[in-house]
Amino acid sequence: MALFIQLIVEGLATGSIYGALALAIVLVNRATGMINFAQGAMAVLSTFVAFALAQAGVPLLLAFLIAFAFAFLFGAAVERVIIRRFEKGDPDTAVVVTIGLFVLIGGIAAAFFGYEPQQFPSLFPLDSVNILGASVSVRSLGIIIVLVIVMVLLQLLFRTTKLGLAMRSVADNPESSALSGLPVSRLLMIGWGLASLLGAIAGVLVAPQLFVSPGMLDFVLVYALAAAILGGLDSPVGAVVAAWIIGVVENLAGAYVDFIGNDLKIAVPFVVMIIILIVRPQGLFGRKVVVRV
Amino acid sequence: MSLLELENVTASYGHAEVLHGISFVLDENAAAGILGANGAGKTTTLRAISGMVATTGKITFDGKDITGMRPDQVARLGIAHVPEGRGTISDLTVHDNLKVGAYQRHDRKQIATDIEFCLDLFPNLRERIGSNASALSGGEQQMLAISRAIMAKPRVILLDEASLGLAPSTAQRVYQAIRRLRAESSVSLVVVEQNAMLAFSVVDHAIVLEIGTTSLSGTKAELMGMDAVRRAYLGG
Repeated sequence: MALFIQLIVEGLATGSIYGALALAIVLVNRATGMINFAQGAMAVLSTFVAFALAQAGVPLLLAFLIAFAFAFLFGAAVERVIIRRFEKGDPDTAVVVTIGLFVLIGGIAAAFFGYEPQQFPSLFPLDSVNILGASVSVRSLGIIIVLVIVMVLLQLLFRTTKLGLAMRSVADNPESSALSGLPVSRLLMIGWGLASLLGAIAGVLVAPQLFVSPGMLDFVLVYALAAAILGGLDSPVGAVVAAWIIGVVENLAGAYVDFIGNDLKIAVPFVVMIIILIVRPQGLFGRKVVVRV
Repeated sequence: MSLLELENVTASYGHAEVLHGISFVLDENAAAGILGANGAGKTTTLRAISGMVATTGKITFDGKDITGMRPDQVARLGIAHVPEGRGTISDLTVHDNLKVGAYQRHDRKQIATDIEFCLDLFPNLRERIGSNASALSGGEQQMLAISRAIMAKPRVILLDEASLGLAPSTAQRVYQAIRRLRAESSVSLVVVEQNAMLAFSVVDHAIVLEIGTTSLSGTKAELMGMDAVRRAYLGG
């Protein structure tokens, strides 16, 4: 039982990292209909900013806040300068553009900080606490709590503020939104900034564990994409729930199913994803698109 | 003084010019119609005013040149466009759609009053206030789209084929509300319609478009007296 609880909590924590990046992917997809393959690379760059500041002696929390601000501005700038030209065009072209950005931004991070993985300071202590006999790390609990807070804040933004209403409106119908006087391009820019900020949160949460390096989120991105798709691509709650499922399933399968073990467990979430998508093509929380004539 | 004026306006999609020099005047507190067959350029004329299509010529609103402005800029000046095919925000509730309509306004109390006015104008919407727009019937979506335009408190509403795809009785109800809106507010209207009878129930004068040029223009009485108009648009 103790092992089981431990595996669940660790799985939820890993899933929360995937979830934060999945939220970023969903946010961009809802706003612009694109899948941003550079989401992870953008997050790494912001994580490096936090790293550099921390190295320079800036208090960790402040370094994170500055990195988040950087992430927001950087995401907004990427939308304004590059993505805007591809928003109305062919979605396949846009995909290739974001893959190009993924390589480019990764290269920029490497040029400044090198490929050598470096130790990243953790916000949470390395202690563990006892829950029902299981020893659970404070770091894992911290990550889960941070993600829940982020999700609640996002919901509040979208459900209770005028900015959130405007962003939902633009994501749904940019043309009609513009006809009501909504500054569509500025709102898309804010959406990209917000997504980039979410990515940065994922980055600084996972960096102490993975060490910080230009490719540190490549793997996480793949899981985050799986979570976004599994959650239905347009549902923030769906993305997080799917990310948690992925994290937990991966952990449990590795520990309890003998022939899977540690090497094969990374593939388990994808097998689950494919099976669920065959049964439910719109994803767990996605809406079936019904065309009204 | 004229509120909205188009001088020799052309509009193109890519290389294809679909409006070849339209001129048109709308006075303050007036309602004008744009009639014509499918593909005549009625919708494009409205899209030109709203900055949704590349245009040349000159479009003036309240003495200000608005040619080449973005749709959101045009909207903020006080021109509300109800696009063809309704254009509701389908994922948002009826109430949220109305709030989006009032996005540029900050007079909270008056916004609440105006929401009440819309719900009074279209009682169907009151019953559906918490439903997503996508769950509404075609007629209700049209009513919502018009209400969203009203919520912007515009000086001009551009109404594109409000009767399209609606049952005749529903179309009548929609136009009844538009007549009431005209009677009870000072908003001016540009009404695009294929159904000329419905248009004439609201407008004072109209132009008739034919393949991107103005073929006729006149007051409602003049146009209704013309054989060509009667044959083509009024069923005999």
